[in-house]
Amino acid sequence: MMEFILAKYNYWIYVIIMMIGFYAVIAKSNLIKKIIGLSIFQTSVFLLFISIGKVDGGTVPIYQGTEAVYINPLPHVLILTAIVVGVSVTAVAFALVVNIYREYGTIEENAILEMIKHDD
Amino acid sequence: MTEHLPVLVIIIPLVLALIAPVAGRLNRIYSWAIALLATLFSFVGSVLLLYQVMYSGAISYWMGGWEPPWGIEYVIDYFSGFVLVIVSFLAVAVTIFARKSVADEIDEKKIPAFYGVYLLFIVGLMGMIVTGDIFNLYVFLEISSLTGYALVAMGKRRKAPLAGFRYLVIGTVGATFILLGIGYLYIATGTLNMADLGARLPGLFNSKLVITAFAFFAIGFSIKIALFPLHTWLPDAYTYAPSAVSALMASTGTKVGAYSFIRIIFTVFGVQVFLNQWVSVPYFFLIIASVAMLVGSILAIAQTNIKKMLAYSSVSQIGYIILGVALMNPIGLQGGLLHIFNHALMKCALFMSVGCIAYKTGITNIADLKGLGFKKPYSMVAFTAGALSMIGIPLTVGFVSKWYLAMGSLENGMWYLIPVIVISSVLMLVYFWRVIDNIFFKAGDAVKMPATPASMLIPTVVVAALCLVFGTLAFIPVNITGKAVLLLLG
Amino acid sequence: MDVVTSVKPLYAILISLVTVALVLVRPKRPALREIYTVVSALVTFAIVLSMLPWILQGGILKYHLITVLPGLDIALRVDALGMVFALTASFLWLVTSFYTIGYMRSHYPENYAGRLVDRFFAFFLIAMASAIGTAFAGNLFTLYIFYEILTLCTYPLVAYDKTPEALYGAQKYLVHLLGTSLLFLLPAMFLTYYYTGTLDFSTSGILAGNAPDSVLVITFILFIAGIAKAALMPFHAWLPAAMVAPTPVSALLHAVAVVKAGVFTIIRVVLFIFGVDLLKDLNLGYYLAYFAAFTIIVASLIALRQDNLKRRLAYSTISQLSYTILGVALLTSSGIIGSVLHLVIHAFGKITLFFAAGAIYVVTGKTEISQMNGIGKKMPFTMAAFTIGALSMISIPPAAGFLSKWYLTMGAVEADQLALVAVLAISSLLNAAYFLPIVYRAFLKPAVGNGERIKIKEAPVFMVGALMITAIAVLCLFFTPSVFLDLARMIVAAM
Repeated sequence: MMEFILAKYNYWIYVIIMMIGFYAVIAKSNLIKKIIGLSIFQTSVFLLFISIGKVDGGTVPIYQGTEAVYINPLPHVLILTAIVVGVSVTAVAFALVVNIYREYGTIEENAILEMIKHDD
Repeated sequence: MTEHLPVLVIIIPLVLALIAPVAGRLNRIYSWAIALLATLFSFVGSVLLLYQVMYSGAISYWMGGWEPPWGIEYVIDYFSGFVLVIVSFLAVAVTIFARKSVADEIDEKKIPAFYGVYLLFIVGLMGMIVTGDIFNLYVFLEISSLTGYALVAMGKRRKAPLAGFRYLVIGTVGATFILLGIGYLYIATGTLNMADLGARLPGLFNSKLVITAFAFFAIGFSIKIALFPLHTWLPDAYTYAPSAVSALMASTGTKVGAYSFIRIIFTVFGVQVFLNQWVSVPYFFLIIASVAMLVGSILAIAQTNIKKMLAYSSVSQIGYIILGVALMNPIGLQGGLLHIFNHALMKCALFMSVGCIAYKTGITNIADLKGLGFKKPYSMVAFTAGALSMIGIPLTVGFVSKWYLAMGSLENGMWYLIPVIVISSVLMLVYFWRVIDNIFFKAGDAVKMPATPASMLIPTVVVAALCLVFGTLAFIPVNITGKAVLLLLG
Repeated sequence: MDVVTSVKPLYAILISLVTVALVLVRPKRPALREIYTVVSALVTFAIVLSMLPWILQGGILKYHLITVLPGLDIALRVDALGMVFALTASFLWLVTSFYTIGYMRSHYPENYAGRLVDRFFAFFLIAMASAIGTAFAGNLFTLYIFYEILTLCTYPLVAYDKTPEALYGAQKYLVHLLGTSLLFLLPAMFLTYYYTGTLDFSTSGILAGNAPDSVLVITFILFIAGIAKAALMPFHAWLPAAMVAPTPVSALLHAVAVVKAGVFTIIRVVLFIFGVDLLKDLNLGYYLAYFAAFTIIVASLIALRQDNLKRRLAYSTISQLSYTILGVALLTSSGIIGSVLHLVIHAFGKITLFFAAGAIYVVTGKTEISQMNGIGKKMPFTMAAFTIGALSMISIPPAAGFLSKWYLTMGAVEADQLALVAVLAISSLLNAAYFLPIVYRAFLKPAVGNGERIKIKEAPVFMVGALMITAIAVLCLFFTPSVFLDLARMIVAAM
């Protein structure tokens, strides 16, 4: 059993990190903390992708004239794109929070909900 | 030139999206003109592509000449070509509509940026349609989502940024689930090309990895298309977005999400697995879809804000599309595909006519619509045409897709779905008639309404008229979707 | 049977739609729209009449417009049954257009030139176009479309006065008609299409042998429940509610066009979708017949208690409509002939009664029966016509109502349903019980509270002329029913 858990440790870590992020997204009232949670949530998936590219005994995938075992570079490339996406999400989210702050003077979701309770 | 058309319909608007905000600094009208140019180009290109598909078969375009499954492939067939034409056509219509509407609703300084983001949104959607590579799909999905969040947040009402933020949080979670699904499929097969995945996955369906991957896709896309009960972001987003954005997003945003979901289900996983191995999955979706159809309509009845009412009605319409998909038989699926087309037209017409009323007045309450029928006859007649379509009166587009969905239900022996379809339609009659009654048969105040500019009225009326045209000449979309169904079901 | 393609039925429908455009363009003088309306009614009637000889020779006209989906066409077809309805509707429309002019002029004098009256005429014309369309529909799908348009375009007419009662009545009207047709009629049509692949009318029915019995029974129930325009109980409540409309609307639409479209649809469904043989096999005809019998009696009982003249007429309509349904549900040749004849004869009789009610209202402002003492001396022509109409309802010769009742009774005897014969007899008594007191009041009771001589004061000549014509027509139909009788016999012969 222990071995099973250890052998897949990268998966466990990704799940744990993901849940931490998810918890922050759901439970935190502060919008900035929500964004932090969201970033953690996304990052966990990046870690998963990067870890699956690992090949036992593999080396950096640069052709050097000799045959060798390479790790799979494709997931890493994909994650480069995904990181860009993640950064953009964070940027847009911050921009929105700035706007929200200008509008309501607070970034606590509870306080905002209290304010707009009577709007339609 | 023509052999590069599949990529040009994406690239040209993409480049123009970057130029639009810059050009807008010289004169605001330039950014709009560029947006119109870009959407027009995409529309013409899409029509040519569909034409090409009809006469010489599906097109496979290899990005940079790299052969799939290694390179990224763009696929134009009856399905993607059809959806591409719908989306690009509605994009043109909404862009024409947007000039005055956006000038009225958005801060003058932000207009150039608005059109840049607006074009990127369209690019994202078009990319999702043409791509044959699931990671590329994710990237385009994120482009359209990110810009979507920003567009919603640009609304005039103070709730708009909050609605945008909530949409962002939920949407990102959904997109991340989709990314996870992609990762799991990659671990299982080592490929990202949809057709290649479709060839390799059979035989792996007992693998927990593949099952989990499907679960991630299902949840991720359910969020993206606002399938009940994951629809919570949609009502606020549509309500507080600027009118033009509501019209565009409601008619194309969720539809393209549904398109991608259908691609994943039928091209990547294939219909056989749902018929033979994972038989409970279609049942599960049938239940969800039925509940969505009913609950969406019931919630719509409770609304006092007309945009919110239309938004909840979208929730129920998504149910119709998913119902067709989950029936897993040719006629039902055809009903679902037809409903993508039909609902896009109807919702576009409805949101645009609501935008015509809101122009310079900001009216969105149903109670304030009293007596508008004779003050704004054209937009109100357009609204009525859209409403009748939604209800599914014969000779409107809504009728055709419901007819096919009902046939598909009987084809599976699921007669009990027919009452669901019918009751949901009658509920629509209830909430739409309440509006129509206010518009035409209640006397309003003698306040004079500002005139609606022709540039807003014409696209509204044209799209509404198409609801009737394609309801009468139904064989055109029916033929194309029939071929798309053959393609999807093999 | 000769089938010929002809555009004439399409023209008959289009004429009124073209007139709608002319009326909405807002002619300079209000009189012009009257002329338009009368001319279009005249032309429509002429076109319908011009098709009659061919139909009487046993021919059929058809015209195909569009195929919406495979098996779902928009097509027109003129046969004997359609001819009966179209002839009745277009003739009565011609008469009513004169009546309408008189009524609208004297009842809405202050805003007669206004936009509202324009719209009134426009929606009236659309309603007539769809009534003719219903008659000439070549298949159930086309029929359904005209049926729905008829509902939608009569809604504004019912809501015309914009009073709270009018709006409430209109809402009830719409919810009942559109609700039932969406909930029941559309699914019924769908089931028919699903099992047969077509919705075309066929003299032997299309459903036989194509669907399991359970489905057939469900489909039949859905059809009957869905055609609420036929006002079969418990789907009748819209008709009394619709009486808030101006009288020409009540007269033409809610005694002729709308309700007859409902009954007509039921006849179409029974004879041309199910077919006599299939219904006989399934034994469904008798259920429908007893259902109709129930409506006949109960509606008459309710009518007895109404003091408002138009509401009493409305309940009488509900009961009379069920005669027609009962006739066709008997599935015997005399029953069907009686049913078709009653469709015509009741239309003429009831429109006369409504015209009279409208004339009384315009002249005296009275709507309640208890106020109408001695009114026959003041309005002798109107009340004479009313009496003829009432006699036709009770079915006393020489009013034409006797004829159709005769055939209906024969049909019940042929079907061996003596209980239904009794129902018909009791119903006649009930009819007498609620119509004769009105006649008695009008002619024999003195008007209250004044010794002076009552001066004759009739409604405008357009109105009195119209109601005299229909009253005379009721009498004529008794002596020379040949055209309608021939058409009815042809329908039976084709079965």
